[in-house]
Amino acid sequence: MPKIRLENLIKRYGNVEVLHGIDLEMADNEFTVLVGPSGCGKSTTLRMIAGLEDVSEGEIYVDEKPISHLEPKDRDLAMVFQDYALYPHMNVAQNISFALRLAKRPKSEIESKVRDVAATVGLTEFLDRKPGALSGGQRQRVAMARALAKDSSMFLFDEPLSNLDAKLRGQMRAELALMSQRVQKNMIYVTHDQIEAMTLADRIVVMHGGYIQQQGTPKELFQRPVNKFVAGFLGMPPMNFLEGVIEERSNGVYVKGDGFDLRLEPEKAAGAKSHSSKEVTLGIRPSDLKYDPDVAAEDALQLDIMVSEYIGAQSVLLCQCGSAKVMVELNSDVPVSFGQSLTFAVNTNGVHLFDRQSEVAL
Amino acid sequence: MRRSVANRLTPYMFLAPAAVIMAIALLYPLGYMIWGSFRDWNPSQTIGEAEFVGLKNYVTLWNDPNFHESLGVTLKFAFFVVSFEMVIGVGLALLLDRDIRGMSVLRTLFILPMMIAPVVVGLMWRYMYHPTVGTFNRFLEDIGLPSVDWLGQHALMSIIIADIWQWTPFIFILSLAALQSLPSSALEAARIDGATGWQQIVHIKLPLMMPVLIVTALLRLIDAFKVLEVILVMTQGGPGLSTEILALRISRTATEFRELGVAAAMSNYLLMLLLLLTVAMFAFNRLQEIRAARTRAAAEEGV
Repeated sequence: MPKIRLENLIKRYGNVEVLHGIDLEMADNEFTVLVGPSGCGKSTTLRMIAGLEDVSEGEIYVDEKPISHLEPKDRDLAMVFQDYALYPHMNVAQNISFALRLAKRPKSEIESKVRDVAATVGLTEFLDRKPGALSGGQRQRVAMARALAKDSSMFLFDEPLSNLDAKLRGQMRAELALMSQRVQKNMIYVTHDQIEAMTLADRIVVMHGGYIQQQGTPKELFQRPVNKFVAGFLGMPPMNFLEGVIEERSNGVYVKGDGFDLRLEPEKAAGAKSHSSKEVTLGIRPSDLKYDPDVAAEDALQLDIMVSEYIGAQSVLLCQCGSAKVMVELNSDVPVSFGQSLTFAVNTNGVHLFDRQSEVAL
Repeated sequence: MRRSVANRLTPYMFLAPAAVIMAIALLYPLGYMIWGSFRDWNPSQTIGEAEFVGLKNYVTLWNDPNFHESLGVTLKFAFFVVSFEMVIGVGLALLLDRDIRGMSVLRTLFILPMMIAPVVVGLMWRYMYHPTVGTFNRFLEDIGLPSVDWLGQHALMSIIIADIWQWTPFIFILSLAALQSLPSSALEAARIDGATGWQQIVHIKLPLMMPVLIVTALLRLIDAFKVLEVILVMTQGGPGLSTEILALRISRTATEFRELGVAAAMSNYLLMLLLLLTVAMFAFNRLQEIRAARTRAAAEEGV
């Protein structure tokens, strides 16, 4: 429910600064995902919001009230931890009701709350079990139920699914998405998994090296990444990067590199022309490369197949373009053989150009 | 064929020296003691010359008020010592379980008393308790308070204090180890769930430390029943029988009263008491294991 605002948030451990001034605003009932590789500062940011880490500098505002001096318990939030953080000596019902019991709520209220929440996450028959007697997925549900029972206005998730196996993770991800629609709360979710970020988020915040790289809706970030890091981090299989040089010719603007010579569409061409440096990195997602033997050479990449990974209807091909490696997806019905050279049409709208030095998008 | 036999015997050959030492140093004297406890046995006799009296020594002790007194002192001593040491040791561990500069030095200082030889501890405290020149009474005089008759009127209390000083560190280091192995995220979850520092201790830390604490307490209890040197040096069991714990009485029965049979019988009573505690400890451990196995089985079923 509340609006959360981080203002110039800095975290230092001794002399080492790990977060360099995070500015972030999260609207009402928004599902925000902080995503990035390990060590990027996403968990630290979350733990500072939770009050588990001190704020070195800057301030956290909830509905414009500063909260960074408050104890975790006074911040009106619930949190789900990566290792579930259940109380091993309490059974499921006691785990779920711990916060309510500490708050000295009436017994009848606690009981009905526990029953409701347990039913929501499908734990009704396990209420008197200890966490040790539950499977990983069930423990995850208990952690979720415990957070739900608190009725806080903020929900924090610290990599809640990363201890589950792949299949269960997919299932829990869907349940989480359902839950976030049902309970209208402000959710902040930390993960290193870009699929979780893309599927769950209203707003994705990509972090790297203690800085926010870019924030926006999943679609915005996917279609218009501001730099090479964001472009390569989101999307599966990841974006292909090829080094090239911008060349202006009489019939248009081209980007030329080892094994390719692509014509840019007018809008991109204008951007590329006005840029000071001609040395660029070309980025193309596998989904923007389509097998088409008849396309003109200036709109295509010529790729030599190295490895074909069959994953069902689609195969992922690892190919060579000059000296660079390129990944493409191909309908598994197309017969391919190693060393074969195939022509892939480039979706000109899907071409991304980055300055080779600064890695910023043109 | 021969080689495989030799191979199979190898581990036993390596174990043999230890087994022989065990037999000579432990089983033989133990058997000797049990055998001797059925005899009316004076140190000047060999065990063969001593008259076999059956259970007489045990019966005598059972009805001996001095033995009762001594047993009572031992129980009282063990009870108070272990209770106080548990409370103080666990309390200290809870206080010092944090990152403070110089904490490792502090911890080393805390466990120093445990590393001093018991006889030295006894001597040290005897001097400190001395009625006129002792540290405590001189301090009390300096601040204008009446002096205390430490090793006279309050002898039992005084030896209890000395033992607490010496053995609290043991509880402290084990509790600290238990505390530091607690899952940190569970404590963080408790903080978010609204637990105050005190509530975290009561609801999370202590229950999770409990298995370690129970074993620690039992270990200390077993030790407290056997304590000898410190008390021997400080009070020699006096005044009267007020600090004569069982171990001391056994040694006096054997040396001063020259009744080896009775001393052996007394040792056996003590041994039985300690065995009971040891069995209790193992039973507790076993119970933990069974419980853990059962929850594991249930978890696998529940997948």
